[in-house]
Amino acid sequence: MSSSLKLKFHGGVPIHQGEELSNDKSINEAPLLDEYSVILQQHIGAPPKPLVKKGDIVKKGQLIAEPGGFVSAGTHSPTSGKVKAVQKVPGPMGVDLDGMIIESDGEDLEANELAPFENWKNESPETLRERVGEAGIVGMGGASFPAKVKLSPPKEKKIDVLILNGAECEPYLTADNRLMLEYGEKILEGAAIIARILGLDTVYLGIENNKPEAVSKLEKTAPDFGIKVEALPVKYPQGAEKQLIYALTGRKVPAGGLPMDVACVVQNVGTCMAVCEAVKEGKPLYERVTTLTGEPVSEPGNWKFRIGTPLFKALELAGGVKYPPAKLIVGGPMMGFAQKNLDVPIMKNSSGILLLSEKDVSQYISDPCIRCGRCVDVCPMNLLPGTLSVAAESEKFDIAEENFIMDCIECGSCAYVCPGYRPLVQHFKRAKAEIAASRKK
Amino acid sequence: METAIVAIVFVAVVGIVLGAVIGLAAKIFKVYKDPRVEKITEMLPGANCGGCGYAGCSDFAKAIVEKNEDPSKCPVCNSDSASAIAEIMGISLNSEAKKIAVVLCGGSNSKAKKDAAYNGIKDCKSAVLVAGGDKACSYGCLGLGTCAKACPFNAIEIRDGLAVVHPELCVGCGKCVDACPRKLIKLISESVEVNIFCSSPEKGAKKMKACKAACIGCRKCMKAADNGQIEAKGFLLEVNYENPPMPDIIEKAKCPTKCLGEKIPPSVSDTENKELA
Repeated sequence: MSSSLKLKFHGGVPIHQGEELSNDKSINEAPLLDEYSVILQQHIGAPPKPLVKKGDIVKKGQLIAEPGGFVSAGTHSPTSGKVKAVQKVPGPMGVDLDGMIIESDGEDLEANELAPFENWKNESPETLRERVGEAGIVGMGGASFPAKVKLSPPKEKKIDVLILNGAECEPYLTADNRLMLEYGEKILEGAAIIARILGLDTVYLGIENNKPEAVSKLEKTAPDFGIKVEALPVKYPQGAEKQLIYALTGRKVPAGGLPMDVACVVQNVGTCMAVCEAVKEGKPLYERVTTLTGEPVSEPGNWKFRIGTPLFKALELAGGVKYPPAKLIVGGPMMGFAQKNLDVPIMKNSSGILLLSEKDVSQYISDPCIRCGRCVDVCPMNLLPGTLSVAAESEKFDIAEENFIMDCIECGSCAYVCPGYRPLVQHFKRAKAEIAASRKK
Repeated sequence: METAIVAIVFVAVVGIVLGAVIGLAAKIFKVYKDPRVEKITEMLPGANCGGCGYAGCSDFAKAIVEKNEDPSKCPVCNSDSASAIAEIMGISLNSEAKKIAVVLCGGSNSKAKKDAAYNGIKDCKSAVLVAGGDKACSYGCLGLGTCAKACPFNAIEIRDGLAVVHPELCVGCGKCVDACPRKLIKLISESVEVNIFCSSPEKGAKKMKACKAACIGCRKCMKAADNGQIEAKGFLLEVNYENPPMPDIIEKAKCPTKCLGEKIPPSVSDTENKELA
């Protein structure tokens, strides 16, 4: 086991806030609800094909939509019951998506479609990789990229390092921290399974050093699985894939490239746990640990929610709110998505539900760029956010493209430090959408 | 004296020889340019809006002459100048009616509910990226004026949070159609005098909660119109633009939400006058 490099990536901001609200709250199992609204496509890639129709009886963990291509993932029923309706369900981006309403029968019976592999070490890597696909596992850190695809690198790309992402650099979120404290063994075993699938033996687990308990706990057990735990400085976005790879291995992912271009695969700790459960218990991905937090929440905490739990139900479980929040975000405060509809369900990538109070969402008037360059200092991708925002604002998308806007990871560090309160990331998202649309043509 | 004569003769001879070469070259390398192209370019409006589908007016003029393109494809030309161009070309004019853009939404600020506060970039395409914008209706006009910015003829005005096309200024170039992220703008024949200002396919009850000017699918207008003039698509009624009803239907139908109107939605048709008064 070689030691990692522990480098510092360029830029970033030392944000550290709000974790104390839910950091010491152990994971609660959410009670069974009467109804779940499951969005069928919960991943990046081809939409899945529904397998059940209205009125069908389903069981917990039953495949209700099969993958619609190679880069795709299946979706499983969160409980047993009846398919009440096949209809549009409000999605987290403000667009209604194809989904199903599943009415619970209260029995919560398992479908047992996947056979558990108790001794997974005897199974071939192909069998294990297939299982990751069958269980519908996607990247649970936020991007929701189908995990099986990540674990199937093309032949010419040799992978030699697996990185477990336990950095959890987003302020307020503590789900991964609790996961590491309470399900550490499962995470490490899941990582060992992934290492077997990829055929490598260098595995690093990167954790930000504001989680000393998780670091010291996992440091004890990780060597048994051939994994090295690395405490990294608190610096947002430490948990961004490319930044984490650089911090641990010194390898730089080329512009427009993927981690596999530098022989790395990065998996979130939640994903590792899902892999472990899929292989050892034959359990598909139908629930996840999510942080429900923010000053207005009565009882902030970490919850194991079934996929398809509507936000308002989740909030009810946390005892509602002390006072009306000014903003509700799914994900973290830096990269999450603001919501206006509480019927939006929890998805495979919902790492947090964050409510912010009035004082935390001050409404600023944005000013023109004064070229102070603070955004350039903090951009972890070494871009020129100021220049890009001016180009995007004046709809000169070709100039933005020439200046590598497509490499922006939308981390929001630039907007965090901008003295003119410019909505930089919103400009970038718009420009990236326009450029992607024009490339499709 | 002698030197001067030599110089004059020399320069004159060189001049004659070079002149002959240039004259010859002009004959041999002559490129024929149709004088009609230049003439038609001058007659076109010169706005280079691209509404005809060509890269500017001179490109369109070239297409008229060389590819026998229809001069009435220019959305800006009035029928007089289009027929003058047709006369030069010696062709008869395609008498297709002029089209103008109509924003099919009546959800002004006073009618449509907002269910969130939006403080981001004042641009519709950016706003839809944030939870789909601030309006409760996810099919309605966001009113941030991306279409108005795209219009080369200043024909779109934001009135009470709703984009309104001024029919007398609109030339039907279609720039706004592409600019709208909600796909609310349609190019409709100028002769159509009745529009239903709603584009939401949602159920009537849900629409009513979100907007007081929504089409709730009561079909009163369909009953008041002749057969086939207004068609129902679920909870949304649509004017049959091939066979449009006459404007008196607005009076007859008594639309309960007043989403049936002429070229400007009834929800904002009187706001301008109020402001002036």
